[in-house]
Amino acid sequence: MKKLLIIACMLFSIELMAQDGKYKVTDADYDNDKVEMADTMRSNGKIYVVVGVIFILFMGITFYLYSIDKKVSALEKEIENPQEQ
Amino acid sequence: MNILKKHWWKFLALALVSYAILGGLLLEVPRLAILNETIRNLYFHVTMWFGMIILLLVSVIYSILYLSKGKNEYDFRAVEFANIGILFGVLGIITGMLWATYTWGEPWSGDAKQNTSAIALLIYLAYLVLRGSIEDEQQRARISAIYNIFAFAALIPLLFILPRLTDSMHPGNGGNPGFNYYDLDDKLRLVFYPAVVGWTLLGVWLVSLRVRLKEIALKLINDN
Repeated sequence: MKKLLIIACMLFSIELMAQDGKYKVTDADYDNDKVEMADTMRSNGKIYVVVGVIFILFMGITFYLYSIDKKVSALEKEIENPQEQ
Repeated sequence: MNILKKHWWKFLALALVSYAILGGLLLEVPRLAILNETIRNLYFHVTMWFGMIILLLVSVIYSILYLSKGKNEYDFRAVEFANIGILFGVLGIITGMLWATYTWGEPWSGDAKQNTSAIALLIYLAYLVLRGSIEDEQQRARISAIYNIFAFAALIPLLFILPRLTDSMHPGNGGNPGFNYYDLDDKLRLVFYPAVVGWTLLGVWLVSLRVRLKEIALKLINDN
């Protein structure tokens, strides 16, 4: 956890970078499978990430379709009762 | 046509296509040589064609209704159902070419069903051209309704009969094993049929939007 925090800090803080690192990240940190990461999304060649992307795209397009649908409904209402607005 | 203004079936379409995407990509499929994971295209490529057939069937029903009742609303429902049906067909051809590249070795191998479905699409594109070329509204509606009936009558033998009389690489055609070979596998069916319904409903949603816009435009023209 500590290591992770330090990695995160080093990524986002220039000040910490300037301190010349109390902890040096080595290759071993990247191979360390004792630290739990978001492994489900990384298994099977990360195919689940692709599934997620496709799903998000579909939801986004559908949401857009739904907003068009609402605009059409608004137009229909306006045409039926033009005085009301 | 009040059902087109209700919402529940749109959420049903959303849920079913979501299921097709998530279930279709993640659930277990049979491990077959050459096909490999591309068997999952059953839920996407094949459903486009099933959706197209359903949409075009509804289109021709509206054309027949127009010829017997003569109401304009039947005419533009027929054309919008045909429009989205053609869209599904074009998407089906394009996805089929991508799939064929990696399973049959080339995008267009002159496969009997590839050729006949391309001809069928051209016949339907001619339907749109025909409509565009007639100025008079009533004439356009009547002539194109009759053409639509002929187009649908040609579609059925082109897609379902001719490819079976010759050799086709599509499952269930020519010397190839029937659709049941893998399609009627229970696990595949569990995703396939909901996917067909979902994609078709999504198509109907697109149709309904275009029909409603057309009705608004007509009302504006009539009011002014």
